[in-house]
Amino acid sequence: MSLQIDRKMVERVAVLSRLELSESEIAQFSAQLSDIVGYIEKINVLDTEQVEPLAHCLPVQNVFREDVPQPSLSNEQALANAPDQTDGYFIVPKILDDNSGA
Amino acid sequence: MSLDYKIIVGLEIHVQLATKTKMFCGCELAYGHAPNTRVCPVCIGMPGALPVLNKAAVEFGILTGLALNCDIARFTKWDRKSYYYPDLPKNYQISQYDLPITENGYLDILLDDGTTKKIRIRRAHLEEDAGKNVHTFGNYSGVDLNRSCTPLLEIVTEPDMNSPAEVRLAAQELQRIVRYLGVSEADMQKGHMRFEPNVNLHITRGGQVFKTPITEVKNLNSFRAIERSIAYEVNRQLDEFLTTGKTMQMGNKSTYGWDDVNQQTVLQREKEEAHDYRYFPDPDLVPVVVSDQWLEEIKARLCELPLAIQKRFVGDYGLSDYDAQVLTGEKATGVLFDAAVRCGGDPKRVCNLLTQTGLKLANERQTTVDALGVSPEHLAVLAKMTDEGQISATSAAVIFEEMTRSGGDPAQIAEAKNLIQKSDTGEIEALVEQVLAENAQAVQDAKDNPKKAKKALGFLTGQVIQKSKGQANPKLVSQVLNQRLASLP
Repeated sequence: MSLQIDRKMVERVAVLSRLELSESEIAQFSAQLSDIVGYIEKINVLDTEQVEPLAHCLPVQNVFREDVPQPSLSNEQALANAPDQTDGYFIVPKILDDNSGA
Repeated sequence: MSLDYKIIVGLEIHVQLATKTKMFCGCELAYGHAPNTRVCPVCIGMPGALPVLNKAAVEFGILTGLALNCDIARFTKWDRKSYYYPDLPKNYQISQYDLPITENGYLDILLDDGTTKKIRIRRAHLEEDAGKNVHTFGNYSGVDLNRSCTPLLEIVTEPDMNSPAEVRLAAQELQRIVRYLGVSEADMQKGHMRFEPNVNLHITRGGQVFKTPITEVKNLNSFRAIERSIAYEVNRQLDEFLTTGKTMQMGNKSTYGWDDVNQQTVLQREKEEAHDYRYFPDPDLVPVVVSDQWLEEIKARLCELPLAIQKRFVGDYGLSDYDAQVLTGEKATGVLFDAAVRCGGDPKRVCNLLTQTGLKLANERQTTVDALGVSPEHLAVLAKMTDEGQISATSAAVIFEEMTRSGGDPAQIAEAKNLIQKSDTGEIEALVEQVLAENAQAVQDAKDNPKKAKKALGFLTGQVIQKSKGQANPKLVSQVLNQRLASLP
């Protein structure tokens, strides 16, 4: 059976993604997302009971870089496409809920 | 009604790893540069830029895991954690979700009563740091991405700490360990180590246990702040429970910031709906497989850990807990101490020289004691000269300082500076005779007046040393003086 993406779920995903959607967009995305999920759900006909979850689709592991500094961009290059900048900083709308620092 | 409570604290610690470059790009890791000058397409989050993992960061993570008695994952991968702030513009943080690099370990801390307590480590995983948002632009915010993509090890403990002091001790022990391993500079002021305690209380009232809502405390940039903020939170939660009766429910965790000026915690935010980070495997990064051989190579880089060294200094050398702790505050201090003792220096004397003079000089010059230029051999000789009375303890400090300047031999310096104490009995006897003759009253007091004897004897000793221009060995002076006084009629 396929999962229905209703408007409530679209609204929730929009909040999580910091997106503001119009009424018509909510309706449009509900239908589109339901189609996409329905399509992906076809995979559920396969029995994956004995299959290890895949961490990556390439049969490659341990790709490393040595810890040697490489040249960075100049400040001008870094900010070249920034809509706004001051004193070398990217300037963005004021952050209210500051979760700064990972 | 009787009320009893138990403090429950778990810690989340972000440790900035001391690699030369960032976690997924070759930008230099450096503190205090002009904004956005250590950045590239990867750490700015340009579409299409591909991350490549820094091997040294993985090794530092594993090394720390080993020191914390953790299991090391032989297969680990990278996940994207959704994140919507401009200090990480690609809108996700690369982290590790279900397969952390290390888990299930413990940290030993030494409590004030001398017992050792185990704090269990749930997991420690690698992740990238965000940049910095700066709020000095009026109605806008500035973003500096120099810090973005810095390698962090996030260590999560079990809620095993039961007092503010225990949390501080665990934090300090972790700092010592990562510094000993050389995996982090662990400077709290620079944000190299960020501690976020999760605090709540289990209150027993009328035979029933109530759990207060968990709060997470942020903005802690000193060990003192850690201890004080938890003490404050305990009282605040107790008050809140008595006033409102509020108890823990799913998802009612809130965040408090520590206000160092007003010495209180301030509510920052209540957690909205349960966090939904929507983790999924990062398709840009392939998994890491840790082979036996690689693991052995990393194990070989482990060193003796600070608490073990501290206990050894107490057990083998008879030092006090306090001295042993001071000597193991920095790795270099303990190493120099150990070496000087092996060269024949008396442990207590070497310890005093290092803690009273060495650390003071190192502190003044903002360096470590091993960088002062004093060899363990010379330190042992200096200790021996002091023990044998060839020089006074005061002179030892002067000679130590000179040794740091010239790197010279302590015996030669003592000679050159005229600091060798006179231990020639004949010469001292002559001075004693002179002093006795000049101070009849004091002599009489020393001999016949029990009330004044001690003071008089001290005065006479002082006079002899003064006459020797400070060069007479005080032990020998008092010996000769006592003999001479006893022989007087």
